[in-house]
Amino acid sequence: MSTVTLPDPDRVVLARRNEVVKQLKKLAPQAVMIADLEGRRTFESDALAAYRRLPLAVVLPASTEEVSAILRFCNENHVKVVPRGAGTSLCGGATPLEDSIVLCLSRMNKILEIDAANRVARVEAGSTNISITQAASAQGFFYAPDPSSQVACTVGGNIATNSGGAHCLKYGVTVNNLLAVRMVMMDGEIVDFGGSHLDSPNYDFLPLITGSEGQLGVVTEASVRLLAAPEGARPVLIGFDSAQAAASCVAAIIASGIVPVAIEFMDRPAIHVCEHFVPAGYPLDAEAALIVEVEGSEDEIEYLLEKIEDIALDYNPISTRRSQSAEESALIWKGRKAAFGAIGQVSDYMCMDGVIPLSALSAALEGVSQICRKYRFDVANIFHAGDGNLHPLVLYDANDPGQLERVELCGAEILKLCVELGGCLTGEHGVGIEKRELMYEQFTDEDIDQQVRIKEELDPAWLLNPGKVFPILGRDALKLTIDLTRLEAGRNDATREGELVDEAAYIEGEETL
Amino acid sequence: MTAHMRLGFHTPETEEELSQLVLEAAESRTPLEVMGKGTKRELGHAVRAGAVVSTENMRGITLYEPTELVMVAKTGTPLAEIEAALAENDQELACEPVDIAPVMGYGPGEGTVGGLVATNISGSRRILKGAVRDQVLGIRAVNGRGEIIKSGGRVMKNVTGYDLARMLAGSWGTLAVMSEVALKVLPVQRESRTLIFFGLTDYAAIEALCIAMGTPYEVSGTLHLHAELAARLTDEDLAGNGAAVTAIRVESFPASARYRASRLREALLAYGPELELDSDRSQVFWRDVQSLKMFQDVRNPLWRVSTIPSRAASLIGNLARKIDVRVAYDWSGGLIWIETPALADAAAVDIRRQLAEFGGHATLIRADSTIRNGTDVFQPLEPPHDVLTAKLKHAFDPLGLFNPGRLYRDR
Repeated sequence: MSTVTLPDPDRVVLARRNEVVKQLKKLAPQAVMIADLEGRRTFESDALAAYRRLPLAVVLPASTEEVSAILRFCNENHVKVVPRGAGTSLCGGATPLEDSIVLCLSRMNKILEIDAANRVARVEAGSTNISITQAASAQGFFYAPDPSSQVACTVGGNIATNSGGAHCLKYGVTVNNLLAVRMVMMDGEIVDFGGSHLDSPNYDFLPLITGSEGQLGVVTEASVRLLAAPEGARPVLIGFDSAQAAASCVAAIIASGIVPVAIEFMDRPAIHVCEHFVPAGYPLDAEAALIVEVEGSEDEIEYLLEKIEDIALDYNPISTRRSQSAEESALIWKGRKAAFGAIGQVSDYMCMDGVIPLSALSAALEGVSQICRKYRFDVANIFHAGDGNLHPLVLYDANDPGQLERVELCGAEILKLCVELGGCLTGEHGVGIEKRELMYEQFTDEDIDQQVRIKEELDPAWLLNPGKVFPILGRDALKLTIDLTRLEAGRNDATREGELVDEAAYIEGEETL
Repeated sequence: MTAHMRLGFHTPETEEELSQLVLEAAESRTPLEVMGKGTKRELGHAVRAGAVVSTENMRGITLYEPTELVMVAKTGTPLAEIEAALAENDQELACEPVDIAPVMGYGPGEGTVGGLVATNISGSRRILKGAVRDQVLGIRAVNGRGEIIKSGGRVMKNVTGYDLARMLAGSWGTLAVMSEVALKVLPVQRESRTLIFFGLTDYAAIEALCIAMGTPYEVSGTLHLHAELAARLTDEDLAGNGAAVTAIRVESFPASARYRASRLREALLAYGPELELDSDRSQVFWRDVQSLKMFQDVRNPLWRVSTIPSRAASLIGNLARKIDVRVAYDWSGGLIWIETPALADAAAVDIRRQLAEFGGHATLIRADSTIRNGTDVFQPLEPPHDVLTAKLKHAFDPLGLFNPGRLYRDR
């Protein structure tokens, strides 16, 4: 039982599965085609693993031209296409549909060009985020957006969700670092947007494409800005006796005119879990801790950290630890970066991604805590404080019947709170299927209609990644005034949404593929 | 159809009035010229409209949270008002927007914040802090159906639905009439220092500027001015030298700015840095650049070209063989301001021929109306972008009410 509905498959397309696979093989001979059951199972979900659907087939193309041929065929034959990078989406952005193919770009992972004079990297969309920095670091450059999945996640996926990361307070998110894309439209047309120059000559499609969750076209190549790596970077770790003190300290740092490269916030549960997992010397007696990192030469770093520590003094810090070495910096960050893994060791969790104005931080934390108490879940808060991007991790037990639905409702209420406080549903993960029905919390009919009209101009038949981003159930689908007693009454066996689909329908003809 | 649009000049004071006006225009199929204060009205083609709608009476800063680095303002708010409010908190619009009003014959700061976002004309610091569109966090607007729409919000990170807010930046009022914008703002850096080089060739200057951009010193200005343009600067030493001026700026806290300037000087020793402007002189110099001082008095046609930085000098070299041009390179060559003689097409054909080879796009910022009406002011659209652009326009403004003819004479 869960709260998310996936669209019913097109039976006509399902029945034509063998033919679709055969045709695609012919049209894209260099592509890897996965049509067997076991192979398809690998792709049946993204990182929102509670939702799984077996696609018709998985195609891993080798070139833009193959992507074009595949999309043209799918467009003509009314086959839905779910684009996918590394499948690290936490919101079901790459959840397959039964009548879709999954178009996985992960084999298109070449770094095509590092143009040092103009500070541009041109890469295939399946390149991992980290591979850009790896390719450019010898020449002293790096690629700024650094989502915590950067070792695995792809540039194409980053573009789809406008990924940020810990350092976007200073360097911006994907849209601010993207110069050009090569995109294949649903009808197969290959279009270049942008270039190694700055700014668009007419309407700027890049921000529209960035964050559109693979619904407007399939990006096969991207040019991104490279930045010169700073001379150095070091954090200070400051513990506070209240979340409010930590929040006020963040505001004071920014008001002082300093924009640190990162300000990360952890609350007591997060501090404890991380410290247990990676003994990094986090302040176990603190209610909240900040990791504030600055960049520059040694002298610049010392000056800025000193100033930040001075500011923090007004908020009664219970501990202050300025990193003195690269090793110590790495250790402080290791705890933070291991946080999700650490919490994953002790419990299942749902990671939220709401954003709030910084001035509402303590109200948000108080609200999150109340909501989680109401649903009887523990929560650990870890987030990018500089930009108000909250990542409450709501801990639950996936094996306990009914908990998935309850945690989803809990999460929905947290996101609703974020919107009420002046923020938004998602800062960097995307809407996907997870937050689709919450869109009306943030938008009016007119707001959503305007977005939908753009989708319909570019993909009139809704073949590209349908069932994502936009509500499909209508305005009142997800009532957040949940009757908890109903939830406790146990699982409802009548529906099995979100669980494995009946495979019998697809076994037929399996061996011939 | 009985509806009639009142012709003339409309200045709605609220979003609802604006929406009502657009509804009337839609019912009577009356095209609208959309503008703020109109300081850029002579940029682009004449609009074929039955009525004008100006946002200038929709004014006021509706939210300013210095500690959240965000300001929300109604689109008719004059930039001068925005900048004054920010300055009180030692903050600024980090993209250093070019104030184009003076070269168009208006007073400084008269333009509106809506006009700024609608035209997306960023200044020198764009290389470090991004374009106007990068500072846009959210918008409210009225689309061509008269519907009030919003996108984005007032927070730094937001991927909730399609990003219509940043997309509307630079759309020149042809997709929707913006009523409110939320912008990211940043602290003013206390110290500004500028290294000056005299008499470099364009090629050497671009090389030096590109090297500077590859250093870790967070260079926030990279400019090269032909001697004739340098002579029009306020700073007497720079204006009186009689040579081309190349300038590299760093901004930070004082000790850091001094350190970075000295490191840059070492890195660029081969190019012969001759002067280091202190904070006051540096600010005067970059304010000249921001208000295009070097193009204010001589009123020749003026182009704004965006191209690939490292090839900019070659592009201008080719062009200079055909016509007499005076050039200011910004963004280490990525942005070229070109002053041309008052030729019939303001050298549009020659400039765009070079761009076809070098990549990028050109906008005719200033020319008299005869030249503008006979020339593509904005970069002509080629397939498939012409079709996609028309689709986007249709999604927002299906009746073609907003600024017809403004960007392209035939639509």
